[in-house]
Amino acid sequence: MAQNVSITLQNTDEGRAIAAAILSDNPAATVASMPSLTKIDCPGRLEIRRDSVETQLGRDYDLQELQLSLISLAGNVDEDDERIVIAWKN
Amino acid sequence: MSLEIKTTAIQQRRQTFANVARRLGADRPASRYEESMYDLQPEVNFHYRPTWAPEYELFDKSRTAITMEDWYAPRDPRQLYYGAYTIARSRMMEATEKNFAFVEKRQLLAAIAPAWAEIVRLYLLPLRHYEWGANMNNSQITAIGYGAAITQATQFITMDRLGIAQIISRVGLVMDGNAGDSLAAAKRAWMDDPVWQGVRRMVEDSLVLTDWFELLVAQNLSMDGMLYPLVYGRFDAGGQAHGAQGLSMLTEFMVDWQDDNAKWVDAVIKRVAAENDANRQLLSGWYAAWATRAQEALRPLADHVLGCDGVTALAEIRQALDARARKIGLLV
Amino acid sequence: MTTLLKEPKAKKLGLKERYAHLTRGLGWETTYQPMSKVFPFADYEGIKIHDWDAWEDPFRLTMDAYWKYQAEKERKLYAVIDSFAQNNGQMNITDARYINAIKIFLTGVSPLEYMAHRGYAQVGRHFVGAGPRVACQMQAIDELRHAQTQIHTISHYNKFFDGLHDSRHMHDRVWYLSVPKSFFDDAASAGPFEFLTAISFSFEYVLTNLLFVPFMSGAAFNGDMATVTFGFSAQSDESRHMTLGLEIIKFMLEQDEGNVPIVQKWIDKWFWRGYRLLTIVAMMMDYMLPKRVMSWAEAWEMYFEEAGGALFKDLARYGIREPKYADVARKEKGRLSHEAWCTFYNYTHAAAFHTWVPKEEELAWLSEKYPDTFDKLYRPRFEYWQKQQEAGKRFYNNSLPQLCTVCQVPMLFTEPDDPTKICFRRAEHKGETYHFCSDGCCDIFKDEPEKYIQSWLPVHQIFQGNCGGATIPDVLAWYHLNNGVDNLDYQGSPDQQLWDAWMKDRGKAGG
Repeated sequence: MAQNVSITLQNTDEGRAIAAAILSDNPAATVASMPSLTKIDCPGRLEIRRDSVETQLGRDYDLQELQLSLISLAGNVDEDDERIVIAWKN
Repeated sequence: MSLEIKTTAIQQRRQTFANVARRLGADRPASRYEESMYDLQPEVNFHYRPTWAPEYELFDKSRTAITMEDWYAPRDPRQLYYGAYTIARSRMMEATEKNFAFVEKRQLLAAIAPAWAEIVRLYLLPLRHYEWGANMNNSQITAIGYGAAITQATQFITMDRLGIAQIISRVGLVMDGNAGDSLAAAKRAWMDDPVWQGVRRMVEDSLVLTDWFELLVAQNLSMDGMLYPLVYGRFDAGGQAHGAQGLSMLTEFMVDWQDDNAKWVDAVIKRVAAENDANRQLLSGWYAAWATRAQEALRPLADHVLGCDGVTALAEIRQALDARARKIGLLV
Repeated sequence: MTTLLKEPKAKKLGLKERYAHLTRGLGWETTYQPMSKVFPFADYEGIKIHDWDAWEDPFRLTMDAYWKYQAEKERKLYAVIDSFAQNNGQMNITDARYINAIKIFLTGVSPLEYMAHRGYAQVGRHFVGAGPRVACQMQAIDELRHAQTQIHTISHYNKFFDGLHDSRHMHDRVWYLSVPKSFFDDAASAGPFEFLTAISFSFEYVLTNLLFVPFMSGAAFNGDMATVTFGFSAQSDESRHMTLGLEIIKFMLEQDEGNVPIVQKWIDKWFWRGYRLLTIVAMMMDYMLPKRVMSWAEAWEMYFEEAGGALFKDLARYGIREPKYADVARKEKGRLSHEAWCTFYNYTHAAAFHTWVPKEEELAWLSEKYPDTFDKLYRPRFEYWQKQQEAGKRFYNNSLPQLCTVCQVPMLFTEPDDPTKICFRRAEHKGETYHFCSDGCCDIFKDEPEKYIQSWLPVHQIFQGNCGGATIPDVLAWYHLNNGVDNLDYQGSPDQQLWDAWMKDRGKAGG
């Protein structure tokens, strides 16, 4: 079984939108809620797509803005203008 | 009843931290600058000698010949701590972004006379490497300097220099339509063009200085004190006759930054010079040696850009810099 | 308008290309001074780098974006800090006992943020490649941010509660604070590659989640909105730092096969160093949060066993295995926080924070979270201490504890396979005997004895007369610790009296 990658977001309005975008694009993702934060796990690979976040937020979104909502992550990160991929290579 | 809550709640046991109160001479409310700067660096009871410099403690006063009774005396007149710093720079950068958008939309750099555009490529774009050297030097001071009062400010300068190197690079990208070949050419000039070799040699020599306070004076007072007025003052003024007004908008950040940074540089050196005569002698010697060095190193570039006015421009800048140095207590 | 202004024809630059142009080309091969003199620390640790340009930047942050986003974070954070102070937010926390965790944070953790700032400035100057150097410089300034925002946030608590007044002075002197201090001095005195393995990888990537994520979530749960705001705001930088940690490890491993055993040795060492440091976090999570989010054991499972397990599986392709003694940490997870709290309960007269016997419902929570260990090993002690305390005989241990030469934690840990027996290890070096809490610390010593014989061990220093005098009050005065105010049990402390008065007023106002 693939190991989980993970991302943790603040429970803010933007954090909520990003979490919703991740969950719509990564059907295998699961959510754990704690006070003030949301942790999303996904086997092997997880993608954050700019267009999905824009749909959720209703405005243009630069993926570098993720800075403002991110708490933690686990996995190798690759970022370009359209998406951020968090993945294990095994 | 709610009044009662209020009175209990405002019964403060103390106004500020004890170390800050000792410095202020009383327990009274202190600024954010004071609370987050004073005594931040450990000074005693280090556990292990650095394997990369076993002759010193991790932070060691003897890494410079300068002596201070209190390394927290040279305060920052701008009172910058991280939050105040980033907010100030983000405002400057926001204005710069608007200027880039304006210049790019109207293609103002295309209005520069072709011959002058060539000159701009040669005098401005290789400066990204000069800034990178300044970035390294300030990172070095931040690493081995003494006292958070100085080293936090040099950390800010470290990032400023990276930011300026990137603004210069962006000017190159605007000029070459994002191809990047102007930057490659600028690097070749930095490495090989005779007009740059004196400057590059000076920068490389500064990279291996061992006394961090000499490095502070060499980079942030002498070298910058000669180069900034030459490039962003004289060269920029020279470009006004060749349609380079758009370029001035893109380099305005550097002009504003140098004004701001000089406030800190001058305040620190002034305070350290006032500490004792040995300091004053050292600082004066370092200042003069590196200012002279910079004046000579910049000569081929000044000649190339300003022609026969180059030598006079440098002499005038030196005169003004000497006056600035005298004003902060150096023997010039 | 389009007729007046031609659209620029420049090609659009992607994030990667733009970053490469703005960062990568900045460095050059020096010729007037030899590279070996400009970068004197590039190879003395034995790590071989053949191609610095092979470095991959995961977050391609340029200074324009850095200033923009960081300024936005700071504006938000200081708005919260200001409103917290104006609204007397200190009265809205669940219980003043919670503040004792903040005292440990300010005296134990914030000074490490500062050390990280200076350490990354050193690596940010001395790495040869521009890519990793920029990443280190950004981390250097971020760490300064963390130290300063923590001081600014906690400044308000300092106005009301004790033990927060002189954190910098205490960090360099107080016995238990030599645990975090020696940890960071150890990393900062190492070469640049070991420093990054220690702090960026082992500490940031593998372990800090345990400090920041569950603990900060706990701060939120306990009404401390100021701390949770700086915590999460700092954590958004940490995500960048963690990624640097993973990238630097992969970079070293990919550059030369000969680097693998060196890196593995550092991973082993720094896992154990970091894990021992987290003992105090285990105690904060299980005992110092009046309302708890998860237990230390649960956090360890989620963040080390699961996330760390996935990580080390991923690194297996380079020949890296799980850190040595991870199995010992697994065995200790049901005891760590309890052994630590019991020790501090006994020595709280010499500490700048209060301890207490947990309340009945808290004991029940501990029993539920630690079914295999708590009722059998620890509950009886607390019940005994509670009785003694009710009889006016609060127990304080007036002897000085023996410290481990490496991690500097008092000898409080038990044998991996016997939770009733204190674990002691020893080693000889040049005719002297040195003592350790574990095989992990003993191994670290044996690998670099010349380093660890330098340790500034607080108990030795007291015996040698370097700490203000021979009696506990002398030493406490030297620590700047207000005897009878900052120390001793929470019951009867000025903190408790203040809190109870507030709550009484609130009760009156409410009813």
